Amino acid sequence: MEKVFKTFAQLSASFVFVVLVATVAVLYITAKPAIEEFGAHFIIEPRWGVDVIQKNIPANAPPTTSTSTRDSIKPASSAPVVNTGVADEALDDGDDMSIDDEFDTDESIPTDDDMDTGQSGLPGSADRNIKTIYGGAVPIVGTIFSTLIAMLFSIPVSMGIAVFLSEIASQQIARPIGIAIELLAAIPSIIYGMWALFYFGPFIASVFGGHSVSLLIAGLVLAVMVIPFMTALSRDAINTTPNVLKESAYAMGATKFEVLKDIIFPYAKAGIIGSIIVSLGRAMGETMAVAFVIGGIFQFAHKVTDATTSIPVVLANNFSESSGMSMHALFYLSLILFIVSFITIFFAKYFLMSKR
Amino acid sequence: MKNKMEIKNFSFTYKGAKAPSLNQISLPIQTNKVTAIIGPSGCGKSTLLRSMNRIHDLYPGNQYDGEILLQDKDGKHQNILAIKKENEFIRLRQKVGMVFQKPTPFPMSIVDNIAYGLRLTGLKNKRKLHEQVEKSLRDVALWEEVKDRLNDDARGLSGGQQQRLCIARVIALKPEVILFDEPTSALDPLSTLAIEEMISELKQNYTITVVTHNMQQASRISDYTAFMYLGDLIEFDDTETIFIRPSEKQTEDYITGRFG
Amino acid sequence: MRLVINKIALLLSSLTAILGLLFLGWILVTLILKGSTALTPYIFTHDLVNNGIRNLLWGQFVLAGLASVIGIPVGLLAGIYLQEYGNHTRYANFIRDLSDVMMSAPSIVIGTFIYAIIVIPAGHTNGWAGVAALFVMMLPIVVRTTDHMLGLVPTELREAGIAIGATKYHVIIHIILKAAKVGIMTGLILAFARIVGETAPLLYTSGSTIYMETDLSQTYPSMTVSIYNLATMPDEKLVALAWAAALILTLTVLALNLLGRFLIKDKKIKAYK
Repeated sequence: MEKVFKTFAQLSASFVFVVLVATVAVLYITAKPAIEEFGAHFIIEPRWGVDVIQKNIPANAPPTTSTSTRDSIKPASSAPVVNTGVADEALDDGDDMSIDDEFDTDESIPTDDDMDTGQSGLPGSADRNIKTIYGGAVPIVGTIFSTLIAMLFSIPVSMGIAVFLSEIASQQIARPIGIAIELLAAIPSIIYGMWALFYFGPFIASVFGGHSVSLLIAGLVLAVMVIPFMTALSRDAINTTPNVLKESAYAMGATKFEVLKDIIFPYAKAGIIGSIIVSLGRAMGETMAVAFVIGGIFQFAHKVTDATTSIPVVLANNFSESSGMSMHALFYLSLILFIVSFITIFFAKYFLMSKR
Repeated sequence: MKNKMEIKNFSFTYKGAKAPSLNQISLPIQTNKVTAIIGPSGCGKSTLLRSMNRIHDLYPGNQYDGEILLQDKDGKHQNILAIKKENEFIRLRQKVGMVFQKPTPFPMSIVDNIAYGLRLTGLKNKRKLHEQVEKSLRDVALWEEVKDRLNDDARGLSGGQQQRLCIARVIALKPEVILFDEPTSALDPLSTLAIEEMISELKQNYTITVVTHNMQQASRISDYTAFMYLGDLIEFDDTETIFIRPSEKQTEDYITGRFG
Repeated sequence: MRLVINKIALLLSSLTAILGLLFLGWILVTLILKGSTALTPYIFTHDLVNNGIRNLLWGQFVLAGLASVIGIPVGLLAGIYLQEYGNHTRYANFIRDLSDVMMSAPSIVIGTFIYAIIVIPAGHTNGWAGVAALFVMMLPIVVRTTDHMLGLVPTELREAGIAIGATKYHVIIHIILKAAKVGIMTGLILAFARIVGETAPLLYTSGSTIYMETDLSQTYPSMTVSIYNLATMPDEKLVALAWAAALILTLTVLALNLLGRFLIKDKKIKAYK
């Protein structure tokens, strides 16, 4: 019995390892055709589901070289590729989307023609190969920016609430609010999504303009969603500061703000950074809260009120209708998301560990 | 040899440590006497005590050298450091009981706390179990206090009661030796006194070794005292000699409170 | 000056707290108002095809329940291994790290994994795939809570068990698990609460259907997936139904969380002194 039990326990523990390895392996294998086809260029390629007609290029050559992308392209039926913008400009570029016909990416891909102009009527159609290009740049950029917006808003608010709960509010107020915050962290993310779709999105759109689906709204919903989570973790980190430390600072005549700034934050720094990174990981991988409000279209957001998409949303919306290369490309995206979250959690662990 | 246990040239090295924590300790544990081991924190007194029932073996990788002999009922000696089989370990621990620093009531009722060890020995008869439980509880003067709530969770008892329960749990197994590892350091003065009185009574039937950092306690309850410092056994003698005319300077400094 | 800065800082902190709470309160109020309008006894006795949510409730709890039935024993055993046998060996710490990674892996990624290994071979979405996805979500949570809760049991208790001649197995089963029982129960409840509200991993594993289904090898009804689908329907009635389902889901999750908290509170009384 003793031996059997131990063996089963050990097997179960190893099972965690097996599942994780299987996840990485399966994602890699299913993504492999896409990885081979598009390589690392996938990350900066903004077109999704776009047919490219290749001229004078052997079929087995990598179709994503800059020469091939110069040729004409036409939008695939399901993915409206209207135009794209530089990732860095997404936030401050206020142009209307229809004006900007060209796109150039930061990795200095040669400027392409507008997709509507040069597709048909090209000579030499006999030796053309039609390739469908899938690139992850739009959802990757969308994920990065929605997460950044979320962090921009959630960090100050969470810190404010955490400080309020641990240092300002009296016990009678802090306890129920603390419990409420923790309960809110448990609410399924689809609830946040629904609320955003019907109330929050229209509200933000009426304040900042734009549609009721946009990058901004997605980011803000993510912010609202991670606030309870980040608050609870930061508050716990702040509460680890020994009372003696605070009292000795007060005894020297420090104000509450000075104690916070000079004693509590330095002491709880690692824990707070850890909580931020964990929340960042959550926001990044979140599907349901943003699926309703980000728009889900393959198009860079020129301004924050434009609709775009993010990796989880692409996965959620396109999976069931995909097959062949588009399926492989989705698995490629999934793999990228998994690896990034993998790295994020290791950073978080590093900070949370160094606390001890 | 009349001693119940005999520690001979015993050295102990923790897993991964470069230097041994105990160096060449030789110490007799006399039958039906109380032997106290005193010394400042980190001197190795608990390490030595925990070697005597090989509880260290819960954490693999430690190294034992030398011999620790335990006398059988028929007078033969067995080197407990040679034990390798699981069932021999169990027999050793049933012969050499241990009471810990903090009370460790198991998460079960008062009666089950004591019956648990008995059941492990194969005793199943309900009536006999109950007799044994009652006898053990009477031995530690706990019976009157708990007889009406034997089926309550043991964790509801006070600290002193919990510690007495733990002693009852050990003596229910009828061990030959009982090891006490600072048994009163987590208790209030009154409970401490009760435990000390109990130890003095228990020595009629059991051989007892007590690790304590409380010198008054050692002088009150023990017959023999060993003084340890930095992993070495500095001095061993009967308690009176150690406390009145110690032969080593270090011992004198320690018991007069000049260090430690 | 210092005092003014202090005042301003504290005011800002309180204001952010109020702001944050306002938003969170807003969510709850909408949820309750919108959810309660369609909340009638009728929806509990009819399937989605007849504008009810009976099959959805059934499906969601079967999926989460079965995932727990498989996930809890495996997770418990793994947690026991980590704390009682592996402890601080490199292997155990490695598994701990992996569990943490898995716990924070985006749930949609877990969905894609299960899709690749179960749905593609099966050819269509099915209940087992949903169970598998939720199981993978739940496993690391159970492993880490068990590990953590067993770690809170004082070492002396293990030693005391060994010292009266119990074997390690006996100590684990009769003493350690009992001592950590409440904490582990709480962890399991919270783990269940976590997976019962999941949507993303179910989207294309179990899928969802408007009919009652008991065969797990078929597309299985899922409340969360249906909420996702219904919310964007043009039919007002269906949207109202989605709100009602959302309210029920939220109340369930919150009730489970409160139950967990209540247990922990109870535990403090019996903590080791």
